[in-house]
Amino acid sequence: MWKFSVRRILIMIPQIILLSILIFILAKMMPGDALSGMVDPNVSPERLEELRESLGWNDPWYVQYGDWVGGVVQGDLGQSFRFKMPVSEIVGQRIINTFWLSLATLIFTYLIAIPLGITSGRYNDSLLDQAITSYTYIGFATPLFIFALVMLWVFGFMLGWFPTSGSVSPGLEPGTFEYVMSKIYHLILPAIAMALITTVNTVQYLRSEIIDTKQKDFIITARAKGASESRVYNRHILRNSLLPLAAFFGFEITGLIGGTIFVENIFGYPGMGQLFLESITLRDYSVVTAVTLLFGIAAILGALLSDIILSLVDPRIRIK
Amino acid sequence: MSEKLLEVKNLKTSFRIKDDYYAAVDDVSLSVNKNEVLAIVGESGCGKSALAFSIMGLHNRAKIEGNIMFKNQDIANISPAKLNKLRGNNMGMIFQDPLTALNPLMEIGDQIGEALLLHNKDLSKEKRKDKVIQLLTKVGIPRPEHVYEQFPHELSGGMRQRVVIATAIANEPELLIADEPTTALDVTIQSQILDLIKELKDDMDAGIIMITHDLGVVAEMADRVAVMYAGQIVEVSDVYTLFESPLHPYTRSLFNSVPNTAEAQSKLHVIQGIVPSLQKLPREGCRFSARIPWVEESAHEEHPELHEVSPGHFVRCTCYKHFNFPDSSKEEQQHGIS
Ligand SMILES: Nc1ncnc2c1ncn2[C@@H]1O[C@H](COP(=O)(O)OP(=O)(O)OP(=O)(O)O)[C@@H](O)[C@H]1O
Ligand SMILES: [Mg+2]
Repeated sequence: MWKFSVRRILIMIPQIILLSILIFILAKMMPGDALSGMVDPNVSPERLEELRESLGWNDPWYVQYGDWVGGVVQGDLGQSFRFKMPVSEIVGQRIINTFWLSLATLIFTYLIAIPLGITSGRYNDSLLDQAITSYTYIGFATPLFIFALVMLWVFGFMLGWFPTSGSVSPGLEPGTFEYVMSKIYHLILPAIAMALITTVNTVQYLRSEIIDTKQKDFIITARAKGASESRVYNRHILRNSLLPLAAFFGFEITGLIGGTIFVENIFGYPGMGQLFLESITLRDYSVVTAVTLLFGIAAILGALLSDIILSLVDPRIRIK
Repeated sequence: MSEKLLEVKNLKTSFRIKDDYYAAVDDVSLSVNKNEVLAIVGESGCGKSALAFSIMGLHNRAKIEGNIMFKNQDIANISPAKLNKLRGNNMGMIFQDPLTALNPLMEIGDQIGEALLLHNKDLSKEKRKDKVIQLLTKVGIPRPEHVYEQFPHELSGGMRQRVVIATAIANEPELLIADEPTTALDVTIQSQILDLIKELKDDMDAGIIMITHDLGVVAEMADRVAVMYAGQIVEVSDVYTLFESPLHPYTRSLFNSVPNTAEAQSKLHVIQGIVPSLQKLPREGCRFSARIPWVEESAHEEHPELHEVSPGHFVRCTCYKHFNFPDSSKEEQQHGIS
């Protein structure tokens, strides 16, 4: 178990290094920089050039990369031109917001996917299954940002059931019960909107896992032992079909990252996704690179987590 | 005559393919007594497993017609709850493929223990474990305590087949259906497994249906033999009669197509063609006629039936009378047998 986890964690190191190089090069290739975005006619081009030189932006890329990585390792993600403060400080609160939003979305994703997938797989080709499958097709076909807009409009503006922006009501003291409740209240609508769309992958995956497991030989063995149909489902089919969902978890995380970018912007939710888009528009590249790097690391961690979960629960790859 | 344990009457098992039903088992009648081994032989795809599954009620979406009388109770038309009381308890089945017959995520001990648990709720956990260890020992698994906690992927094919057998016999069934229990295994393990099944028969007075296409197994194990072709029984008799004087051309081809060392293996007596797929099965007349085209049509019955040629020896169709199975390879060529 430990050997496996350590080995698996070691694999991450080259992954992360490669990721950081890629991100760095892409960032350098983007047109313009934070200074060219400054529309201050009083600053002369010579002065800009001086600034660039002093910031080290004229050095070869690997020198710049070395400086950047050196900083990142020490928690210095650079300086935001827009906020005029360290990127790490800007990211700090938002990463927590995005974490909660993602967690809530994950919970809703599974709350929706597991009962639907199970029903659809167990009674496949029934009317119920057809209804669920139709939902998944609609989910596949609907762009998340349009769906999120509709949800916001209906439940936020028309019905007024949920707040339409922010992550917490202003004026509340952090740590109080009201504060926590307000945070949750702000989470629910974006999380559900995202979950309803992203869950369709999981529903389909679970459905096909169950249909697949249903016709395995060991299911027949269980029936031949005299197990009732409900026992066959709960003890044999479900357990064996839910397990692969753990392997699906890493994929889920990647989907979430893409999702938060849309959803946070639409719901005005101050998280990493919103920061990401804003920073791109304003060419605040030190923030963009930092956020991209963090997204990438989250995806790698998600894959790691799903591998470790799988190694814990699947005896076939469990290392004793 | 000893006591009749199982009597199958006019069983027809049909699978739905697209919009039609096709019978994989067609009008099969057979019986098994206590302490008797009935062997069912026939080439791949002739419906042996489909027959076994029908008896155990394991077909999911098949149409089952006819009667399956188990101890004078028709189990073809019985509630699932009642059937579940019999399955794994009064009747057990050993499956064809030991590699897939076990749940990959369940410990061996739990899989065998499940059969005990389902039919004896009062058995304490400790007693159940003891019984499982006993069963593992009985089927010849070394270090049973260790294997108890292992998962299927940690065991070899032979060991897994033993586990499957231990599961099937956990509750000392009166009827044991063994679907090619040894095909997946190598020869030495094969004979151990057969010995084990024989032992069970003698110990428990069980009736056994032994499905195989290995005539060696038949000779060693069987009291009676039913030969299946294309979903039907074409010949049935006691094992001596069948080996001495096989009548149906298909049975005779089976015997001749077993390579024996004396008659060089280069001259295998195999009848042309293969068993047709389910949808292409001939449904009228003698199903075997297409594979013996040199026998004239008038030799076949229009609706071939089983005829009792001597007490307990039944043959389907009348074509056997006109069929001259070549004994020498010369004639063989004349008749166009490849
Ligand atoms: N569930 C099913 N649905 C449709 N057709 C089936 C099904 N099960 C079996 N068949 C068909 O029924 C026929 C008989 O199959 P069966 O498995 O009984 O053969 P078998 O005699 O056991 O062969 P083998 O020696 O290879 O095990 C085959 O043509 C097979 O394709
Ligand atoms: Mg078979």
